[in-house]
Amino acid sequence: MSERLEIKNVHVAVEGQEILKGVDLAIGRGEVHALMGPNGSGKSTLGYAIMGHPSYEVTEGSIELIDADGTRHDILAMEPDLRARAGVFLAFQRPMAIPGVRLADFLRHSVTNIRNPDRKEGQELMPMRDFRGELKSKMKDLSIDTEFARRYVNDGFSGGEMKRAEILQLAMLRPQFAILDETDSGLDADAVRLASESIARIGGAEMGILIITHHEQLLEHNIPLQTHVMLGGRIVESGGPELAAELHKQGYDRIRKAYPEAAAAEEAMEAERRLETTTS
Amino acid sequence: MSTDTDASSTLALGEINKYDFRTNTPSVFKARRGLDRDIVSQISEMKQEPTWMRDFRLKSLDIFNSKPMPKWGGNIGIDFQDIFYYLKPAEQQGKTWEEVPEEIKKTFDRLGIPEAERKFLSGVKAQFESEVVYGSLAEDLAKKGVIFTDTDTAVREHPDLLKEYFGSIIPPTDNKFAALNSAVWSGGSFIYVPKGVSIEFPLQAYFRINAESMGQFERTLIIVDEGAHVHYVEGCTAPMYSTESLHSAVVEIVVKKHGRCRYTTIQNWANNIYNLVTKRALAYEGAMMEWIDGNLGSHLTMKYPAVYMMEPGARGEILSIAFATAGQHQDAGAKLVHAAPNTSGRIVSKSISKNGGRSSYRGLVRVEPGAKKSRSSVVCDALILDDISRSDTYPYIEIEEQDVSIGHEASVSKIGEEQLFYLMSRGLTEAEASTMIVGGFIEPLVKELPMEYAVEMNRLIELQMEGSVG
Ligand SMILES: Nc1ncnc2c1ncn2[C@@H]1O[C@H](COP(=O)(O)OP(=O)(O)O)[C@@H](O)[C@H]1O
Ligand SMILES: [Mg+2]
Repeated sequence: MSERLEIKNVHVAVEGQEILKGVDLAIGRGEVHALMGPNGSGKSTLGYAIMGHPSYEVTEGSIELIDADGTRHDILAMEPDLRARAGVFLAFQRPMAIPGVRLADFLRHSVTNIRNPDRKEGQELMPMRDFRGELKSKMKDLSIDTEFARRYVNDGFSGGEMKRAEILQLAMLRPQFAILDETDSGLDADAVRLASESIARIGGAEMGILIITHHEQLLEHNIPLQTHVMLGGRIVESGGPELAAELHKQGYDRIRKAYPEAAAAEEAMEAERRLETTTS
Repeated sequence: MSTDTDASSTLALGEINKYDFRTNTPSVFKARRGLDRDIVSQISEMKQEPTWMRDFRLKSLDIFNSKPMPKWGGNIGIDFQDIFYYLKPAEQQGKTWEEVPEEIKKTFDRLGIPEAERKFLSGVKAQFESEVVYGSLAEDLAKKGVIFTDTDTAVREHPDLLKEYFGSIIPPTDNKFAALNSAVWSGGSFIYVPKGVSIEFPLQAYFRINAESMGQFERTLIIVDEGAHVHYVEGCTAPMYSTESLHSAVVEIVVKKHGRCRYTTIQNWANNIYNLVTKRALAYEGAMMEWIDGNLGSHLTMKYPAVYMMEPGARGEILSIAFATAGQHQDAGAKLVHAAPNTSGRIVSKSISKNGGRSSYRGLVRVEPGAKKSRSSVVCDALILDDISRSDTYPYIEIEEQDVSIGHEASVSKIGEEQLFYLMSRGLTEAEASTMIVGGFIEPLVKELPMEYAVEMNRLIELQMEGSVG
């Protein structure tokens, strides 16, 4: 079991364009970290890079899991499925629809693989009865109707349903390290509160969590040990929970002024993106 | 959902047998390769057929000889003189289990096909050896006046019905392979469902499986009388292993006023087979005809189930799945003919191509003059799993009436990197993730299948997907 997720000097490029320009972050099991920053600053890119999205190329730096005895596992060398089996989880900002595949069938497969990391293709899945029982009770905890499990994965889900389905997966898979990318967006205030409680209950002392958010509500029951602010592909400032509160209320003007170089990088990325969208 | 397939197959097995298998075929027939009047006459003689059938065969042979090879579809590289057109069951049975290729045995394992069935399917046994005697079902059907027999028997025992319908829906002149089948046909099923009789369970072809009924040139005729209802399931999903390379069946169906017929096929041929099949149904007033057709394996499959909607209110639906992998070309599709007002049709076709396989959708919707207020919709979706595979669509629409509504949608997609990544981020291997996406792609059709077929279909897809990645 790994105790720490360590990200060092990570640079990430998409289609040859550098998006992350040297990110350092370490998360211990049982810790909550918040990651904030304006749109386009690179938060989701960090999540994808950790999970191993093939379009997000890590050009420099390292991402490792470190066991209690000091053994280091280079997850950059692993395919996404092995990273998942090693205990890493990403709740997507925009989860993908998989038409025709029922949430329950997908999740049973997923849970089986993650609980038996050595399972080979074609070997038995977790017994249906055990799986169903567990799924039902988790759905109850999250106030999700059991019918939901029969629907096709994220297919025609509302924004809120998608996010709840991601939390359900988190609850079933119980990873060691979870990145929750705007899991609060698309949820109403009550649902965010429920999500916040649920995440705290699921996580406990067992999980290291990186919460990417623009708000502070999700952090209500998940008090961050540290809050990090990303701008222009770098973490420019880290602080405590009060930093999250400040950014939620006052936005990023102070940050932009304080870090003109990162703000300029962000401007440049923005400009490039605008150029791309107008020319393509 | 997972079910115990072993149990369901055994159940299905329990329902077969008992039916009087033909065992006493006269042995004057000398099998040899090739196709000529002699062979055709001998087949007829050996089956002790009436003259009309022999004449029908001979006339069909002339038609076959006079017709050129179709120039569309796939490449048909068959030497017609190098084929056995008729083998007695005993001759087909020459093989031993040891000679059956390992790959086929493995597939049997994975599909959980019962022992007796395996031997039959691989040609080791000419018929099932199940000792299970199942009688009540057969009695029940007979009491209701249902006729369910092989077509050879029907020629002898139900000549009036046969003469009226045989070759009337698909005449030998229809196409070269219909002519071939008409000349050398053997086996297949004959079903008559009397007025108002509804058969609640799917009638399975392997109900009365024997080498006769599952030959290379089987000939099936189904007559659903007024207000009657039947669901017929042909063959099975196990790989059909045969040393002969040509399979050319004809299936004719008539659904009379307010009758309903559903015909389900899942075929999984060995890679050397040319599978060239003609299937057509006539649907009369208010009748409903559905074809559900799954095509896997084979070297080339050309199959376009058709529904001719002959009278007002008739409906036709054709749902098909094709899966083409290395060395395979699935040229499959559908045909809907609106020959009367207020008729409605639907075609849903899903194809998957992988490892250099090619699938084509070839479909025709035709609205005849006067078929006012007819409606048809065609949806064909293709999924291509890699850069070396291919998918084509040939949708033909012929409309000779103004007041109609015909819709056509086609999509071609590749397995999305984003979908793969999403599933892999949840611990599924790339192969498992692709299989799941493919399974989801065909799910709208698979859920129309009887349970045990749906389970087998999914396992087949898993098998086809194995080793496809990395
Ligand atoms: N797949 C991609 N293709 C092209 N550009 C991308 C892609 N993903 C992210 N980017 C670019 O990288 C920058 C950071 O994006 P992202 O990580 O989504 O930011 P955030 O999550 O902080 O809003 C943006 O300029 C965005 O346009
Ligand atoms: Mg984002």
